[in-house]
Amino acid sequence: MFSRIEENPAEALVTFLFEGRPITARAGDSVAAALLLAGVATTRTSPVSGAPRAAYCMMGSCFECLMVIDGAADRQACLTPVADGMVVSRQLPLSGGGS
Amino acid sequence: MSRAVDLAVIGAGPAGLAAAIEARRIGLSVLLIDEQPGVGGQIYRATDTSPVSGSGILGAEYRRGGELALSFRASGARHMAGSTLVDITADGWIGFEGPDGVEFVEAAQIILASGAVERPFPVPGWTLPGVMTVGAAQTVLKASGAAPQDDAVLVGSGPLLYLYAVQLLRSGRRPQAIVDTAPRLPALRALRHFPRALAAPLYLAKGLRLLNEIRKSGTAHHRGATGIRIEGADAAESIVFQASGRRHSLNTSLVLLHQGVVPNIQITQALRCRHRWDDAQLCWVPETDEWAQTSRPGLRVAGDGAGIAGALAAEYRGRIAAIGAALALDRIVEPDAEERARPLRRLLKTELAARPLLDALYRPADDLRVPSEPDTIVCRCEEVTLGDISRAVTMGCPGPNQLKAFVRAGMGPCQGRMCALTVTETIASLRGRHPGEIGSYRLRPPFKPTTLGALAAMKLPDAPEIDRAGNTGTVELAEQS
Ligand code: FES
Repeated sequence: MFSRIEENPAEALVTFLFEGRPITARAGDSVAAALLLAGVATTRTSPVSGAPRAAYCMMGSCFECLMVIDGAADRQACLTPVADGMVVSRQLPLSGGGS
Repeated sequence: MSRAVDLAVIGAGPAGLAAAIEARRIGLSVLLIDEQPGVGGQIYRATDTSPVSGSGILGAEYRRGGELALSFRASGARHMAGSTLVDITADGWIGFEGPDGVEFVEAAQIILASGAVERPFPVPGWTLPGVMTVGAAQTVLKASGAAPQDDAVLVGSGPLLYLYAVQLLRSGRRPQAIVDTAPRLPALRALRHFPRALAAPLYLAKGLRLLNEIRKSGTAHHRGATGIRIEGADAAESIVFQASGRRHSLNTSLVLLHQGVVPNIQITQALRCRHRWDDAQLCWVPETDEWAQTSRPGLRVAGDGAGIAGALAAEYRGRIAAIGAALALDRIVEPDAEERARPLRRLLKTELAARPLLDALYRPADDLRVPSEPDTIVCRCEEVTLGDISRAVTMGCPGPNQLKAFVRAGMGPCQGRMCALTVTETIASLRGRHPGEIGSYRLRPPFKPTTLGALAAMKLPDAPEIDRAGNTGTVELAEQS
C-alpha cells in the first residue's frame, strides 16, 4: 500500500467521490494515484473473464485504469487529474465502457 | 488558436522539449502536444509540481528537467497539455483530443518524441491488482510524493529497477526484497564492447553506486532468479521464484515489475513508417536518416522513440531533428544546419558509444520475453495466453496480424501496446524465425481509442482529408467494441 513520504500542510487538497465514499487527495494527483493512496485496489474488471484489474503502467499505455469519471466511461484514471467534486467509479461490464 | 504551425512536436520529454527550444531559436513557430498536465515526459515527470523534487530523493539528474522546462517556457513555443494525439493525416493535419474536445492543426513538419515504454513482463499473475511496473511506482513517487510501505517486492532487471530501489531507501522506505532476473553470464560477454564504450564507465560507475547503496541497506537481493510466478485470488498475495538452487516464496501485496524500456512506436507503426528489428535492444526501431527523418516525408522521430539511448541523447536527437525540420522548410541553409548539428552529433556519438555495453549488460532473459508456461497471459486486454498463441501457430497462424483473427490478441483497448513485442518474439520462437521476419501488429488511427461523442463533436477544418480521418476513427471504434 502506498502512502505519502511527507505530508505538506500547505498543499492544496481536493475531495472527490469514489462510489459514494469521499476521498481527499492532493491537487495534482491523478485519479489513479489518489485511489492507490486511498487503498482502492481495483479500477475495473476484465470484460473477458470478469477478473479484477488495477492501474499497471501509470503512463497511459495499458488501459487497465479505465474508469467511469463524471459519467463518462473509458476514462484513463492515470491521465486524469483529480478535481473537487469529481465522481468516480470502477468500470464494470455494465458501465457502458467501449472496451 | 491558429490552425497552422511550422512544427508540431508530440511529447514533452527531453527530446520534445529540446526540439521545441531549438526550433524556436531558429525562428519556427512551434506547437508542443502532450498527454500530461505538465512538461517533463516520464523521466522528468511532474518536474514543475513534484512534491519531492527538492528533497534529493530523485537525484541530481532529475533537476535537468526543471532547466529544460524553464527554457521551454521562455522559448515562445505553444503547449497543448492534457492532449492525446488521435491522428496524423497524409497531408500533415494533426488531430488531438484535449480539454476542448478533438481539434486539428496543420503542421508543415512533425517531430514525434513519444519516448519509451517499459518492456512487457509476461509472467503468470501479472494481471492481478497489486502488480504494477517499477516505472508506474516511480511515477507515483515523482508526481504524488508517495511510495509503498515495506512489503513491496521489486522484480526484474535494468538500471531503473536499481534506481527506484535507491529512491525508496532515500525516502526512508525499503523494499522487502529485490528479485533480480538478470542472467549472470552476459556480464562477461558484455565486456567485449568495453573498448568502444567511451561514456560507459560513467554509467557503469553509476550502476555500481546504486548497487552498493542497496547492499549497504541490507535489502534482500536474490540474484539470477527464474520461474517467476505471482499468486493470489483477487490480488497479489505472494511471489514464488527459483534462486540459488532453491524455491522461494515471499508474501507481498505489491509486486513491481521491470525489465528495461523499449521505443514507443505506436504512432510510427500506425503511420506505416519503416521499422527494423534491433537485435541488441530486442525491439523495433523506426528507420531514420541523419536528420531524424523517417520513411514518411516531414515526419521525424527523436529521443528514445528512435531507439533507446537515454535522456541526454534524447536532447541531442531532439535538437538535431529540429534543425532537420528547419532545413526541410528552407528556414536555414545547409552549411548553417551542419554547423549547428556538428557539436550535437559529437555529444550524441559519445552517448551512443556506451549503449552496446549497457544493452548487453541489461539484456532481459529469454524466458521472460517469451513465456514458457501455457497459462501465462500475453495479451492482457483479451486474456490471450501463451497456450492460445501456440495453438494458433500450430493451426497455421503465421504472424501477429493473423493472430488477431485467430484469438483477438491485440484487439483490446490498449491496441497491442502491452503485448506486441511478446507476440512478435513468441511467434518467432515458435516458428523458428527471426523477429524481423515475423513483423508486428498493423495499427490504424485513432492512435488511442476515443469516444464517439468526441469524434462527433470535433472541430473539423474544411479539408476533405480530415473528414476521412474522422471516418477512419469511427471504423476502428466499430471494430473494437
Ligand atoms: S495505468 Fe496504464 S493506462 Fe492508466
